[in-house]
Amino acid sequence: MGNQHQFDIVIVGAGGAGLMAGLYASRTAKIAVLSKLHPTRSHTGTAQGGIGAALGNLEEDHPEWHTFDTVKGSDYLGDQDAIEFMCNEAVQAIYELEHMGLPFSRTPEGRIAQRPFGGHTNNITGKPVRRSCYAADRTGHMILQTLYQQCIRNQVTFFDEYEVMDLILVNGIATGVVAVELATGELHTFHAKAVIFATGGHGRIWEITSNAYAYTGDGIAVTLRRGIPAEDMEFFQFHPTGIYKFGILITEGVRGEGGVLINGLGERFMGKYAPHVKDLASRDVISRSMYLEMQAGRGVNGKGYLYLDVRPETVNKYAQIDGRTRPDGSSYKVTPEEILQKLPDIVDFCRTYLGVDPVSQPMPVQPTAHYTMGGIPTNMYGQVVIDEKNTILPGLYAAGEVACVSIHGANRLGTNSLLDLIVFGKHAGLNAAEYVDGAAFQPMPDDAADFVRGQIDHLRNSTGSEKAAAISAEMKRTMFDHVGVFRTEAGMSQALNDIRNLKERYQHIRLDDRGKVFNMDMLNAWELGNLLDLAEVTTASALVRTESRGAHAREDYSKRDDINWLKHTLAWLHDGHVELRYKPVTITRFEPKERVY
Amino acid sequence: MITDAEENELILDLLERVRGYHDGTLAFRRSCAHGICGSDAMRINGRNRLACKVLLKDLGTNQITVEPILGLPVIKDLIVDMEPFYEHYRSVLPYFMCPDDPVEDEKERLQSPEERERYDDTTKCILCACCTTSCPVYWSQGKYVGPAAIVNAHRFIFDNRDCGAEDRLQILNDKLGVWGCRTVFNCTEACPRDIKITKAIAEVKRALTTGRLD
Repeated sequence: MGNQHQFDIVIVGAGGAGLMAGLYASRTAKIAVLSKLHPTRSHTGTAQGGIGAALGNLEEDHPEWHTFDTVKGSDYLGDQDAIEFMCNEAVQAIYELEHMGLPFSRTPEGRIAQRPFGGHTNNITGKPVRRSCYAADRTGHMILQTLYQQCIRNQVTFFDEYEVMDLILVNGIATGVVAVELATGELHTFHAKAVIFATGGHGRIWEITSNAYAYTGDGIAVTLRRGIPAEDMEFFQFHPTGIYKFGILITEGVRGEGGVLINGLGERFMGKYAPHVKDLASRDVISRSMYLEMQAGRGVNGKGYLYLDVRPETVNKYAQIDGRTRPDGSSYKVTPEEILQKLPDIVDFCRTYLGVDPVSQPMPVQPTAHYTMGGIPTNMYGQVVIDEKNTILPGLYAAGEVACVSIHGANRLGTNSLLDLIVFGKHAGLNAAEYVDGAAFQPMPDDAADFVRGQIDHLRNSTGSEKAAAISAEMKRTMFDHVGVFRTEAGMSQALNDIRNLKERYQHIRLDDRGKVFNMDMLNAWELGNLLDLAEVTTASALVRTESRGAHAREDYSKRDDINWLKHTLAWLHDGHVELRYKPVTITRFEPKERVY
Repeated sequence: MITDAEENELILDLLERVRGYHDGTLAFRRSCAHGICGSDAMRINGRNRLACKVLLKDLGTNQITVEPILGLPVIKDLIVDMEPFYEHYRSVLPYFMCPDDPVEDEKERLQSPEERERYDDTTKCILCACCTTSCPVYWSQGKYVGPAAIVNAHRFIFDNRDCGAEDRLQILNDKLGVWGCRTVFNCTEACPRDIKITKAIAEVKRALTTGRLD
């Protein structure tokens, strides 16, 4: 059969992690980067507020402080050896991006500019520290463009608009992938010594989401089908400030620049919940506080939203109350022009989607599904590990949002996702390149593409009457209602039941498009199958965790329970049920203690 | 026909509803759904727009006509072959280069806020092709490099850290390069990122004429 390719390494996904892996692996190995999108369409491009690193360009800061903040932010579920590695690597990673030409915003002295972000603190005073390195409010866009540009410069081989639908394992070793070329509908087999998954997250499970349509969890779904577990799937971040009803993200950088959350009574309420850092507490804390305000009837006009206010008069009023100062010690004051200059895209979003100018009116916001803390289990070298003993699957790597190292534990700090992509994308690429240097190709089975062909034929020839779009809408609603910011046993049981019913109905969907060329009907239906699998795994993992930790907040178990639950979840998906096992958290320097902001 | 559209619905969401419930064969690209990834450029009621940045009420009518962007081969419905567009993009060396690239353990190069501001506008490009496929010169002459490629050259030509300005200016110093521009301004009007494209092109022309980058 035709359409066979051979490379030392195949990288799946062309966002920040995939491109970093590609840049580094291509120095010594023959590689290909496959993406279902054109690379610059990847979701990395939508990251706004910045990338964290203790450069100390504006005030004292240390990688050790960054490490502690990340451990605390994770609600002590992050693995501390990996977190320490990332925060130490961060400083050099930022300089490296600048050397590649990344146009960071600058301080008056010409250094990389930095702004405060939620959960990042001076560990002595407890006050917010300027650690987020930014390029206006389009940091992710600049990272994605810069990395893609450097890939062009280094002649990295791309296969754009190829959807990877299966991972081939031979003798327990990664041997390649099977992909469909969207433009033709043809199947392609990529034979490789190593495979790196960098496919991003799956926030499209939920109704209100900041995530791209493409964020359908393909990498985790494919590896689950090949018997690889998914780690810590119950931990999914809801970002506090999505545009009401749209879910479009308004960066935490707005609060970094002095914006505050206001309830329907006109009160700045975060002081009640996080007395020290208020609106710059970590995201899980703020999203819960917002829900509590709304449940108490203090939403704006009694509805399901609150205001994010960055009008200069508001910013200056609360900056004075908080005693906030400029780096030179003068009192912190902003002008409308500075807001426009530092947050141009936010201003544009508000004008486009709300008809609101944030310099003169507050923005209506609600928590929005945002980030996958869990994912394919890896160690800090990017190697995929497949059980509670951290057994390595040779030749298989994962990096970025699809991976669970675990850096983010139960709750990710803002700016650490871009950092994760850069640091672990690079090291996955380097380590895979080193591995393939001494490894042999496993024989590629003749029937390698049969499983995918069967999946496609099933979808294309199905004669049922169900609409994928209707199933998708029901999944998103039940997940948002029952497996969102606050959870209960009854709600999650309902959701699990709903998801399993939807999976049954999914067997009877009918496609309108039976063609091969850009059959988006088929692609979307296949993606929905992935989302349903991940919704099931997420809910099953969450249901049995009888505690509240980070983003997993239960009304019926409101306290963290370190005695029973200071451990990572590993979930295997079998036909009709989810098998759960657990592995310990790596604790090196910071013993768990109560988390107060 | 959709009868229950709300005035605040995005055109992209309406297209999703058409595909999801009325005609699953409809093909279009989309991803981020808020104007950043650049996937869903199309002609909406005769103008190049991103479907995810237009609300129904913005159109002032309930009759919506969507067509593929012009000047690129149509593959299916609203999906065009973008490769000729990317080829022009790659032709201008759209990447940072400098023979004096710092070694790995060095800190950042210094760049003043003013130097950084000099090329800020053109860093916003998302490669959606709204500009190039609104340009009548490009419609008639597909070998014209087009506004998007010039925008991406501008981003590096005016970055004082970069060393490749001379190479890029030589590439663009051609009647199919920057001199192909007839200052029609369609590109600037089409840009969903509000980049002042015609101004950027004029700056590249001026750099070629004067030999200076200020």
